[in-house]
Amino acid sequence: MKTAKLTDSEYLVKAGKIIRARQMTKIEKLFEISLPGGESLDHEPGQFVMVSIPGVGEAPLSISSSPTKRGSFEIVVRNVGKVTNALHKFDTGDTVGIRGPFGKGFPVQILEGNDLLFVAGGLGIVPLRSLINFVIDNRRDFGKVNILLGCKTPQDMLFGEEVDSWSKRLDVNFDITVDRCEDPDYNGNIGLITKLIPGVTLDPERTFAAVIGPPIMYKFVIIELLKKNIPERQILVSLERHMKCGIGKCGHCQIQNYYCCKDGPVFTYDQIKDKKEAL
Amino acid sequence: MQYQVLKKSSFNDFIASLARIEKVVAPVARGYNTFSFQEVKDGQDVAVKYIPTILPPKKYFFPQREKLIEFNKSAGTLEALLEYEKMVIFGVHTCDLAGIQCLNMVFSDKPKDINYLVRKNKIIIIGLECNEYCDQYASCKVVDNHLPNGGYDLFFTELTDSFIVHVNTIYGDELIDKTRLFNPAEQIHLDQLEAVRQKKREIFKDEVKVNHNDLAKLFDKSFDSKVWDDLDARCIACGNCTNVCPSCYCFDMLDNLNLDLNTGDRTRMWDGCQNEPFAKVAGGENFRKTRGARQRHRYFRKFKYPVERYSRYFCTGCGRCTRTCMAKISLKETINALVDSKEEKK
Repeated sequence: MKTAKLTDSEYLVKAGKIIRARQMTKIEKLFEISLPGGESLDHEPGQFVMVSIPGVGEAPLSISSSPTKRGSFEIVVRNVGKVTNALHKFDTGDTVGIRGPFGKGFPVQILEGNDLLFVAGGLGIVPLRSLINFVIDNRRDFGKVNILLGCKTPQDMLFGEEVDSWSKRLDVNFDITVDRCEDPDYNGNIGLITKLIPGVTLDPERTFAAVIGPPIMYKFVIIELLKKNIPERQILVSLERHMKCGIGKCGHCQIQNYYCCKDGPVFTYDQIKDKKEAL
Repeated sequence: MQYQVLKKSSFNDFIASLARIEKVVAPVARGYNTFSFQEVKDGQDVAVKYIPTILPPKKYFFPQREKLIEFNKSAGTLEALLEYEKMVIFGVHTCDLAGIQCLNMVFSDKPKDINYLVRKNKIIIIGLECNEYCDQYASCKVVDNHLPNGGYDLFFTELTDSFIVHVNTIYGDELIDKTRLFNPAEQIHLDQLEAVRQKKREIFKDEVKVNHNDLAKLFDKSFDSKVWDDLDARCIACGNCTNVCPSCYCFDMLDNLNLDLNTGDRTRMWDGCQNEPFAKVAGGENFRKTRGARQRHRYFRKFKYPVERYSRYFCTGCGRCTRTCMAKISLKETINALVDSKEEKK
């Protein structure tokens, strides 16, 4: 057996320097990462990267920051497995391996000029934030913007200050709900995110909805969006799968004839509505 | 290009002289009706008449374990590497040639897999014709792999007292030159070859109740078939079927840290969609939870999805999945059951 060095392998990683790390909740940690020489990641909102630690492994993680934020990007890591567990021990100054960006993100060129309805449940805020901030940073290029957020309890809301700033903007319609709250002084919405949708005033023909949340959320949110007459091809979802390669080979992320890592993770509802195993 | 002839009496010399030029692997008998591709030094080691080997020659193109990355944590280095070995594979049946063609398509689809693409060109392929069915499990006719469809450097067909050899590439031609055991084919050999092929057209019939073109259409309508419930009840999710399949290419990535806790590698290894955690995500959701759903996925990955992506069936008709199945799930029976259940609905 002979070995040769490869300089054009898809599996080579770039050294990502952690320039900021912040524990957001007990199980979620934010990392801001910069690439060597200040190279831009050059991603689309909704794309993902493969993050690795030598000797531990690689994991696919959503990019949470907008491409309008230049010079570095952000990921949020929930501590659920071997790689994410190891990542939680990492801090500012540490280096991780980065491959990507991968996949098809949100079609921002198509979204331009249209009204937008963002629906994020739980950890869905992490990838959807890349699009929300992109739209906010280019606010005049889009029509009406509605942001609907849902999480378990008020304490679980990620990006609290940023979410607060969205809620205060005059050019954004904003609403938020929690599944439950024990604080007697809380006077916000309690209930599922689906309850917020009927209250939104929108022009279905020119509205694109972008939905990200746990698998169970999609089914119910999409029913509400269809009730609002939003066309199926204008409902965008981002699907979670455990990609191992990111380049449409390993098979782990396959949804019937689609590779989620290459053909997605962002799909129109139209594309996946007949695909069992998708949602 | 051209046809050459090798006398059967020169076969042992051919393998021996080939082995002096390059590492040669070929089917070798491994107990009752069991064969595997192994290194050989002499023609006597080679099982010229063999049924599909335990593992297809895929193992040389896409090894079971393959280092992709090597790292040194303290030195802060990380390099991509290619592991390869020059070799000649002798005796690849047309089903397995088709399997290699499937893998070629997948790994040259962008983004390209450089490890696979470089390695494959270090390997010379010598095909070998099946003049008759290997056993009752093969279904090479319905997927159109019973006759050679390219993908080889040389292709051997056994005649009465010789092999007629189709020279398909200059790399094949070089081996003809270097071994000096071949003579140009004469008309009588070409006639005999045509007779073999003619007889094959008579012997090889669609092995299932559906023909080549209708096979894809059958799967268009079979996603909700009850047949998958039957497989759900029978499959034991051992993963044997995907392990032995010449066109299965799913893999997992694994980091290995050496005992120095400093150096190590990132390795890819075969994985299979029949394994329970294969389509599981971090939150615990499993998108193909049942064995029936996973079996259906396997069949659709052979007869529907690749047809849409690569315009060909990824089942090569070798019959390995049926031969190896511990629950006696048969590919031919499954396809026939799909045909029957479709007719019942009408």
